[in-house]
Amino acid sequence: MAALVSMAGIEKSFAGVPALRQASLDVEPGEIHALIGQNGAGKSTMIKVLTGVYRRDNGSVHLAGRESNVASPREAQEAGIATIYQELNLVPLRSVTENMVMGYEPKSLGLFVNWREANRRAREVLSRFGIDIDVGEPLASYSTAIQQLVAIARAVSLDAKLVIMDEPTSSLDASEVEVLFGVVRELKKQGVSVLYVSHFLDELFQICDRVTTMRDGQTVSTRDVSSTSKLELIADMLGRDKGEIAAEGMTEFAGASAKRGDVVVSAAGVSTGPRLSQFDLSLHRGEIVGLGGLLGSGRTEAAKALFGVDDVIGGTITIHGETGQPSGPESAIEKGIGFLTEDRKAEGIIPDMSVRENLTLAMLPRLTHRGQIDFARERDLVEKFINNLGIKTAHMDQPIRELSGGNQQKVLLARWLATEPDVLILDEPTRGVDVGAKREIQSFIRRYVEKGFGVVLISSEFEELVEGADRIVVMHEGRSVSELTNPGITENTLVNALANNDEEGRAWNVQ
Amino acid sequence: MERAVRLPKGPTSIGLRFHGGLAALLLLLVFNTLFTPNFLQLQTLFVNISQVATIAIVAMGMTIVIATGGIDLSVGAVMALAGALAPLIFQSDFGVANPALGIALAFVVPLFVAGLCGVFNGVMVATMNVQPIIATLILFISGRGIAQVLTNGNLQTFSNPTFSYLGTGRILGLPFQGWLALAIACILFWVIARTIWGRHLLAIGGNARAAYLSGGPVRRVKIGAYVICAVLSGLAGLIVVAINSASDAARNGNLMELDAIAAAVVGGALLQGGRAPIFGAILGAIIIQLVKYTLLANGVEDEVALIAKAVIIIFAVWLQQFRRA
Repeated sequence: MAALVSMAGIEKSFAGVPALRQASLDVEPGEIHALIGQNGAGKSTMIKVLTGVYRRDNGSVHLAGRESNVASPREAQEAGIATIYQELNLVPLRSVTENMVMGYEPKSLGLFVNWREANRRAREVLSRFGIDIDVGEPLASYSTAIQQLVAIARAVSLDAKLVIMDEPTSSLDASEVEVLFGVVRELKKQGVSVLYVSHFLDELFQICDRVTTMRDGQTVSTRDVSSTSKLELIADMLGRDKGEIAAEGMTEFAGASAKRGDVVVSAAGVSTGPRLSQFDLSLHRGEIVGLGGLLGSGRTEAAKALFGVDDVIGGTITIHGETGQPSGPESAIEKGIGFLTEDRKAEGIIPDMSVRENLTLAMLPRLTHRGQIDFARERDLVEKFINNLGIKTAHMDQPIRELSGGNQQKVLLARWLATEPDVLILDEPTRGVDVGAKREIQSFIRRYVEKGFGVVLISSEFEELVEGADRIVVMHEGRSVSELTNPGITENTLVNALANNDEEGRAWNVQ
Repeated sequence: MERAVRLPKGPTSIGLRFHGGLAALLLLLVFNTLFTPNFLQLQTLFVNISQVATIAIVAMGMTIVIATGGIDLSVGAVMALAGALAPLIFQSDFGVANPALGIALAFVVPLFVAGLCGVFNGVMVATMNVQPIIATLILFISGRGIAQVLTNGNLQTFSNPTFSYLGTGRILGLPFQGWLALAIACILFWVIARTIWGRHLLAIGGNARAAYLSGGPVRRVKIGAYVICAVLSGLAGLIVVAINSASDAARNGNLMELDAIAAAVVGGALLQGGRAPIFGAILGAIIIQLVKYTLLANGVEDEVALIAKAVIIIFAVWLQQFRRA
């Protein structure tokens, strides 16, 4: 049987810079196929060539054995390739049904939309995936997970043979991931292939059949998931030896911790609303304090309270011995606090501005003399950071939107390091970043702390917290409930701490 | 230090659309040279420069407001208000008794009042989070009303050569207001390219949330943008009054908001914000003015010229679609 998708010898360059060099990819019918690689390895370019967003320079694409020259996303859809992007292209305020049938509405009298039929169809498709929701409600009233499933259901109802999922789980919590996996398995049962792009290697082992690894625009390996290991895949991605990585540990955080200094910031009984009701923290110079907890436990809200974004309604924040919450980011920065936000796109980058302008944004007042920016100093500083952090950019005036996710994240990290904050709050600093950049970012953070600055680290990856943090404040439903101290924290102790709180919470609910 | 001298590229840079604008300008010039009688005469140049200066001055202010992702519909009304105030001041008993002070106040007070209008717009938008279109609609409606109440709806005519210099003076043979517009453009270009305020302006337009979280003074910058726009509108209002030696609150600045928005957009301003092509606004103003002049000089009705303007705006917006490709 011919492969469903067969891409061979694909080449593509942008302005003379090769993004794909002799890359290949084969997806069998009814297979869940993972595509992994560092940011900038060529995964997205490969997908965009497949879906007709980019035109390939060279090479061949066969769909079910026949030469394909898909030239636009619309044509790709007609050829049975559906793409579910990280940012869903759905209309949040319209109903689930409308979103599902948009562009393909069943008509009566050839003119009016037959909503009864449309609703029936939407319900039927969703129920095939075990989802039972009111299809008349606006899409926005459902969780991200459900919205994503609606996008998938829409794709399937349009007779997709291949569904491409780009980081589908990055914004889902554990139970939602399970639902998504159920849907992916259901797709497989129906003979639909899935091309699954993800940074979370653990997921691949749960649902994928085969995995293709890319590096530097080339296809490095295609392996059966059942006969490979996480370590082997990481080695493929990085182009390094398995043994070497095993010896070093999986993250770059581990290592001697710096000497603990004075308390730079502390919070006592801080609350900002229902999502943060009782937060305690004391951060010393030279230490990383992790905030551990599940989604919605109040970690990000705690960061926003410290940074002056959400107004404190109870409790006190003390910075450098001075009690009082910063009135906003501007004042927080003046007091020596930096905050790398979780949502890179919405709260981090200014897409049309250059790497240089993005990097110096937070420390601009210091580059300014009588309102005028000192361009010579700005360029020197940016150059220093580009070199030190290994930011891959054509030149410092390149718009940041053209950089890969990992490099954008490095620029944002540099934005905060440049302000030389005494306290740097990092909210998911390595989310959606490839393995290589992740290790680099972790080592920058460690080095910064060793210089005697304090870091508050928020991460959903237990591994990162356990290895990175000197102490972990465990949070649950808006309260800080317990504290763990390294050395001695393992993923098990952290999970236990979370689980115990969960039981307490339940007991409390019963009362 | 060659690299230190280089002007920063980025959102202020002028790309293909600018060349598109230049091509349109060239086309208009060629057409007029061939078909419009007496086009290649100094008198024509003077008329066009004195007309274009007011559009350009307002369009530059509009460009700055648009750079924040906003819009200012009140520019025409602010012109009328400033224009109505000036003659009231220098023709008052006090102004006649102290001519020098009277003239000075006739410039300062209207511009100050215009600035207050800008503060009102800016506070509505930045502090009270009212949609810019709605916020500026308030003064769009009431500003001209206030101007007409101030003048009892009368046409104020005057003869005051000192004040009229603003609209009729010449430097090196070219109209004074043309030089004024050019000077303002140079200052604004410098502010946007070189100062922290300019950087924050573009950052806020590019991603307001990210700019805020990076310590950008979002409210102050937005209010500042509306104040600049309003003061420039006030100045344009004074120029119109000076040209005519008469202030007509009902007509001064009428439909100027459309001309200014059109000029800004033709000049390359992006309605979602993040760009402030100041010289683009001037180019846009010249194109708008030339289209008006071309139609008028060839006997087409003024009302039809409005339709032509609409076509230009549509074309400019269409051109913007290519930007993100």
